[in-house]
Amino acid sequence: MRPKSLVGLVVAVILVMAKIMWADADTSKTRTVVIGFTASQTGKLNVEGTRQINGLNLWIEQVNAAGGIKLPDGTVIKVAAKFYDDESSKSRVQELYTKLINQDRADFLISPYSSGLADAAAVIAQQYNRIMITAGAASDSTHKKGYTVVYQTYTPASRYLTGAVDLLAGLDPKAQKIAIVYEKDKFCTDVVNSLTSYAKQQGLQVVLFEGYDSGTTDFAPFINKIPAKVDAVMGGGHFADTSTLARQLYEKKVNTKMIALLVAPPEDQFAELGDAALGVIGPSQWEPLVAYTPEAANSLNIAWIGPKAGDFIARYRSKYKEEPTYHSAGGYVAGLLLEKAINQSGSTATAKVKEVLDHLDIMSFYGRLRFDQTPAGHGLQVGHDMVYIQWQQDAQGKLVKQLVWPEAVKTAAAQPIKAR
Amino acid sequence: MQFLASLIDGLLLGFVYGLAAMGLTLIWGVMSVINLAHGAVMALGMFGTYLMFTYLGVNPYLALLGVAGLGLLLGFLMYTVAVHRIINAPHLSSLLATFAVNLIIVGVGTAVFTTSPHNVDFSMGSLSLGRIILPPTRLLAALAAVGFTAALYLFLCFTRPGKAIRAVANNRTAAELMGIPSAQVLALSFGLGTMLAMVAGGLIATFFPFTILSGGPYELKSFVICVLGGLGQPLGALVGGLILGGLEGLIPIFMPVSWVPVVEFGLFVLVLLIRPNGLLGAK
Repeated sequence: MRPKSLVGLVVAVILVMAKIMWADADTSKTRTVVIGFTASQTGKLNVEGTRQINGLNLWIEQVNAAGGIKLPDGTVIKVAAKFYDDESSKSRVQELYTKLINQDRADFLISPYSSGLADAAAVIAQQYNRIMITAGAASDSTHKKGYTVVYQTYTPASRYLTGAVDLLAGLDPKAQKIAIVYEKDKFCTDVVNSLTSYAKQQGLQVVLFEGYDSGTTDFAPFINKIPAKVDAVMGGGHFADTSTLARQLYEKKVNTKMIALLVAPPEDQFAELGDAALGVIGPSQWEPLVAYTPEAANSLNIAWIGPKAGDFIARYRSKYKEEPTYHSAGGYVAGLLLEKAINQSGSTATAKVKEVLDHLDIMSFYGRLRFDQTPAGHGLQVGHDMVYIQWQQDAQGKLVKQLVWPEAVKTAAAQPIKAR
Repeated sequence: MQFLASLIDGLLLGFVYGLAAMGLTLIWGVMSVINLAHGAVMALGMFGTYLMFTYLGVNPYLALLGVAGLGLLLGFLMYTVAVHRIINAPHLSSLLATFAVNLIIVGVGTAVFTTSPHNVDFSMGSLSLGRIILPPTRLLAALAAVGFTAALYLFLCFTRPGKAIRAVANNRTAAELMGIPSAQVLALSFGLGTMLAMVAGGLIATFFPFTILSGGPYELKSFVICVLGGLGQPLGALVGGLILGGLEGLIPIFMPVSWVPVVEFGLFVLVLLIRPNGLLGAK
């Protein structure tokens, strides 16, 4: 072949390749990121886990229906979900998250519900350097292990029940004795350890401090140990055991001024306990009654993201035919956080999205969100606050949920438990 | 007061434990088969009561009669399909056969009911006896357990099939030589054992939430009770159940509740070492 022909051939090949690459670049304007997670569709975390996933799925549906996440360079990111049932089992979680990363090529991860499962998943996320938003996990200790890509949406466990001590002081300034009965898992242990320290700082005496195994159904041995004239019973665990504990406290006619229990009371299903639910207080990460607004974000000089509370509630109700709970809101907000971080970083690369998340300070219908940036507690939620609900009777005697703390958002004053 | 309240709570539960263990010990006593599907069968009893109460509106205590009937039929079926062919084989065969049945029940149960907790939403409030407060459901469960135990005792002592069961338990070859059809008697014994397990499960469902996996811990307790009372001794099972229930009630007064299984299984080992035939077993 003559040199001129050879040059012509090379130029032609380069032109063809450039054309192909240009075409590729055009199609890469729309990309799909895979969000991987496990869902506790069965097992003891089924109720809370399903709601969390409902919230997340609603976000995915909405973000795709709106055309995806639009990056500043014009790229559109569509979102696809990949998930497995973890059966509420820690042993399944690590295996499934490894599969999500290696086989399903998940770009970002959402944690399963509960601190124990999220802690197991966080190890895998860190090992493979995938950003994980812990949607339903409040334990502090996960964020004190030096992880750098795990971000928490819930107020940490250390601040979960401390407000109940302040609430008790408001109900009865002379209150002295509290009994703590709790599930011996990671989250609840973190909660009650902080609760005990705080209660002692406030001059209260912890007269009973007993843990029960996960799956316990007979609380009579614990209830029989609660001393007479105790001012408050606090603790509990997750939905199934906490509901049973509340029911047996009522059946055993435990008379106390306050019962503050974890996880179950904010659920609407808790009202099915009837009189056993009356007066029970529960901490909640979010309630439909709490109204965070773009105006509130403006006043704090921070950005607002996502829909207003009314829009979220209406869409959730329309899709799932039930009221959203804080578990649902947590799942939705985990998605919103990723959306904001991807959008602001203009990329789906872990390093760039992480950079944005580290410095994020925003507000949504769920409240303020900001992460600890220090190596000692990286990813811990430091912007969000708890609220407390209490089951009270309305004028017709029907059980209704009221916000009773903090003062700024309360819809009714807290009431002592009626004599049983 | 705490002592008395804890003891009563424990004993009431002990009657139900005793009833469950009676099913296990009856099967062992008559055919020397350790039924590893015992816990799964108890869970089926829980779901039997739940389904009849929730979907048919049957009072849970009346539902027990239905559960008992289903238990008897299930026992016949299990015996025919899994146990009859290996009745004379070494113990390992019957252990494997009943364990396989256990896996089948748990697998199908998980697929149908999931492992989410279910609850028989039947509250009867509280019963105050002086300063002791009891949920009536536990009291009724204990009474029902006593009723079923008495019925079993009368059946075994005063009816022809009952006497045949005792004869086969005593010496199967001699009983066969006397014209007792041992295959039918063994099937009846397995049916009765299964029935007792399902009824115990049904009673537990009236006061505790449950899943298809909930039978496991009760199966373990049944083994401890059988060893305490003596394997093959129905009355020993009831006594063993009361001892175990009483301990579960009283131990938490003196130490953390988490020590209960340590003491229970410590006792299990101790009885095996000192009196391997159980407290009411032959020396």
